[in-house]
Amino acid sequence: MKISLDIILLYTFTAAALIFSAMKNREKTGMALKKGLKALNGILPQFITVLVIVSIVLSLLDEEVMIRILGEESGFLSTLGAAVVGSITLIPGFIAFPVAAELLNSGAGVIPVATFISTLMMVGIVTLPMEIQFMGKRAAFLRNILAFGFSFIAAFFVYRVVNL
Amino acid sequence: MKATLKKYTAALISLGILGLFLILRPREAPEVVSSLKYQFGTMLEIIPPIFILLGLFDVWVPRDIIIRLMGPGSGFKGGLLGFFLGSAAAGPLYGAFPLVSVLMKKGASFPVILIFIGAWSTTKIPMFLFELNALGYRFAIARLFIDIIGILFIAGIMNFLIPQSEKDRLYSQCSPP
Repeated sequence: MKISLDIILLYTFTAAALIFSAMKNREKTGMALKKGLKALNGILPQFITVLVIVSIVLSLLDEEVMIRILGEESGFLSTLGAAVVGSITLIPGFIAFPVAAELLNSGAGVIPVATFISTLMMVGIVTLPMEIQFMGKRAAFLRNILAFGFSFIAAFFVYRVVNL
Repeated sequence: MKATLKKYTAALISLGILGLFLILRPREAPEVVSSLKYQFGTMLEIIPPIFILLGLFDVWVPRDIIIRLMGPGSGFKGGLLGFFLGSAAAGPLYGAFPLVSVLMKKGASFPVILIFIGAWSTTKIPMFLFELNALGYRFAIARLFIDIIGILFIAGIMNFLIPQSEKDRLYSQCSPP
């Protein structure tokens, strides 16, 4: 398994913080670990749910299907399709970007690809229940709807800049 | 026991769906399994550091500091701090939500929280470097630029549309009396 740089940095930082904390005050550090564990315990069921659903969705949406949805022409429909697919799934960037590059190379338009990336990162239907738990129904729905709409604007902007 | 079962209902249902899927579509099974492995790998990778940092943050950082830096009167600087905290993060968006609740508890203002979530979702620095490589600098920089504007707009609109009573409710659910 490839371990990315940001994960290494995150672990280094965490280890340093933990050692520093333990040197300063053992009791408080123990308390911090307990609090972390408690927070994890609260969210673990949702984590599991999200991951299982994402795995099923991802296996249905392999590169081939993605190219079929986005690839052929970059009209309104493929953009909408890109937005819908991007909104369901939650794909980490280091998978999404190479796929996006592949899509661009195989002739997909900049607008659908940029829409796909934006919705992928900003809109999450699968994570919605989790978001509702922390942000409430109103804020969670509102954020996802606004981000969905914004993704089209962002894609159009990116398209204009790329074609300057 | 009953409470635990209730907490895990959704997880159990999703596992049930997974089981059905594996039985009904055996051809896709290897793909699901490898995807599942990968997803759980990512999750296991980020869980220890995120929750340790969350605990340390909760214990060591006093509320008045967060109120001063990111609270209701923090203005532009508070927003900037929220933006950088979110951008410096690693891991998918679902990792942000537990931190949101600690930030709320410590008194960060609602707009700052919204900016933090927005930044976490799209302007993460490591991801940007990766995008730069994969899709070219025009694509990546244009998207970063418009995303920053979008994050601010979305935060502004949400802050305006969500009534104070709802904000109060969210904050009170983060800090049990």
